Amino acid sequence: MRAKRAPVLLRLAAVVAAGGLLLAGCGRNMAEQPRVEPLQESSLLPGRSGSLTPPEGTVSRQRGGIDPVFFTGQRDGALVTELPVELTLGLLQRGQERYDIYCAACHGYVGDGDGMIVRRGFPRPASFHEQRLQDASVGYIFNAATNGFGRMFAYADRVPAEDRWAIAAYVKALQLSQHAHADDLPAEVRRSLELERSAERASR
Amino acid sequence: MPQYFPPNVNAFVRWSILGGGAFLVALLIALPIYARTVNNAVGVPVEQPIAFAHNLHVTQLGIDCRYCHSTVEVAASANVPSSHVCMTCHSQIRLGAPQLEALWLSWEQDLPIRWNRVHDMPGFAYFDHSAHLTNGVGCSTCHGRVDQMAGMWKTEPMTMGWCMECHRAPERFLRPRSEVFNMAYQPPSDQLTLGRELVVAYDVNTNKLIQCSTCHR
Ligand code: HEC
Ligand code: HEC
Ligand code: HEC
Ligand code: HEC
Ligand code: HEC
Ligand code: HEC
Repeated sequence: MRAKRAPVLLRLAAVVAAGGLLLAGCGRNMAEQPRVEPLQESSLLPGRSGSLTPPEGTVSRQRGGIDPVFFTGQRDGALVTELPVELTLGLLQRGQERYDIYCAACHGYVGDGDGMIVRRGFPRPASFHEQRLQDASVGYIFNAATNGFGRMFAYADRVPAEDRWAIAAYVKALQLSQHAHADDLPAEVRRSLELERSAERASR
Repeated sequence: MPQYFPPNVNAFVRWSILGGGAFLVALLIALPIYARTVNNAVGVPVEQPIAFAHNLHVTQLGIDCRYCHSTVEVAASANVPSSHVCMTCHSQIRLGAPQLEALWLSWEQDLPIRWNRVHDMPGFAYFDHSAHLTNGVGCSTCHGRVDQMAGMWKTEPMTMGWCMECHRAPERFLRPRSEVFNMAYQPPSDQLTLGRELVVAYDVNTNKLIQCSTCHR
């Protein structure tokens, strides 16, 4: 009798030990790993985000180093009048996409300053088609997007410099488009416009 | 030496070992099922410090997802906007509204707003937004009609089984890149034809998609 009881207890102990080991696997320590993920609280600065802001004066290594004209839109303290990047159709298309995301909410899709947020009470910005802004340089638009302008906040935190130049180029194109003359258009485009117009007249 | 236990204790011990074993087995089966089904909170709105409404900002005001979730196209994390982003508008709009109390506090104290996470991958699973967007997976495939939500909740379970449903046959879900941000996108009737074309056009690596190390790295 006694010789038999010991193995039962032993087996019981074995089951408890095995169960304990299995249950130990139920912890979530692999789900919560000791690294700081994006948006998680910093382990060094309580209450702050783990994605720390770089210290002031940090130099971006985009474009292989420091190009003050590209990053500030200024040369020797004056706003540049020439795009520091190559003007291509791709750049303008990129500019249109980014303008519609980041600027159109206030400045409107055509740049007249009648965006939805303005209709809901934001101060109305000047129309890009005013003479003063028509005459403004591409660096002026870039500078406003980079550093903000009056009650408008800066967009440099979310829109990288490449995209701010694309937006500035697109705003200049938008200004041209609102004052374009039919004679400035390429011949084929003008012909299709005329066809459209005569079709319109015929349908009336 | 006297017998401390009557003989029928033997049977009791045997049964309790058996019962304990069965209980453990049941527990080991039930817990993961619970963790993967009941517990994944699909459709349950998450309480937030500010009652931020996507339907107001996205549909009524027409703000693009990327105005706030600015890194979604280029990084693993989509990013949740800082108070600076809210203040680009709310520095002028609804000043002093009690609904925005937490925003003013955060702005004054220069401390981030503590949003509660709605979607959260466990640390052992890797997810990357940019990889999905550049290959034609739209926001609404994974997050539902965010543009109609007044609160925020999961519309999909976000379990491994769910991820694999697409990873095994992505052609059933892919759309053109230009439609990724279109929340109202409806797949065409010949989705499989389009999907197969897109898999080729975007050079989707279907072998990689089902390897464990793609997500567990
Ligand atoms: C939240 C609304 C809002 C958004 C978004 C916004 N702006 Fe503005 N912007 C304004 C307001 C308002 C002013 C006028 C500010 C003032 O006079 O205090 C302004 C002024 C400007 C000016 C100067 C105009 C002048 O009168 O000289 C430029 C240039 C400009 N914005 C460009 C941009 C660009 C580029 C973007 C996108 C990256 C953008 N803005 C996004 C509201 C906005
Ligand atoms: C005006 C800023 C803004 C815009 C625009 C916006 N969001 Fe959000 N989004 C937020 C904020 C703030 C949160 C965090 C609060 C919450 O979860 O409700 C959030 C949370 C989310 C979450 C849940 C994040 C989590 O915790 O898991 C998803 C998904 C999301 N947004 C998708 C979208 C999509 C898709 C769009 C475009 C249709 C969009 N958002 C547009 C501000 C914005
Ligand atoms: C592009 C501009 C813009 C941005 C960015 C923005 N909002 Fe708004 N928000 C508005 C406007 C405009 C309204 C008011 C709509 C109305 O009622 O006319 C509003 C309304 C609200 C309301 C409702 C307030 C009330 O009175 O009930 C809340 C809450 C809110 N926003 C939170 C946020 C938070 C949090 C963020 C940052 C993640 C944010 N908003 C970013 C434009 C914006
Ligand atoms: C393939 C599915 C999928 C698609 C497509 C997708 N998301 Fe997500 N989203 C997720 C998952 C999974 C998480 C949780 C990520 C984590 O915890 O690391 C997430 C998290 C988020 C978050 C919380 C912040 C973060 O990155 O952790 C936001 C905001 C968000 N998504 C917005 C968007 C927007 C906007 C789009 C469309 C442009 C989008 N998502 C497309 C699956 C997706
Ligand atoms: C609707 C379809 C779909 C869903 C749902 C989906 N994925 Fe993907 N996933 C894709 C496609 C398409 C790719 C791109 C493959 C490529 O790069 O060739 C991808 C790529 C990835 C990659 C590789 C990224 C890289 O940088 O190599 C990871 C990791 C990943 N997915 C994780 C997940 C996780 C985790 C989930 C579930 C939360 C998920 N995916 C849900 C379609 C999907
Ligand atoms: C598409 C991405 C993806 C791929 C590929 C993938 N997994 Fe997962 N896996 C996940 C996600 C996301 C979770 C977490 C959600 C859950 O528990 O369902 C997970 C959870 C798990 C878990 C559960 C861990 C726990 O404690 O809950 C195991 C085990 C696992 N995966 C093993 C594998 C193996 C083995 C493979 C290869 C055959 C694999 N996974 C391939 C995304 C993936």
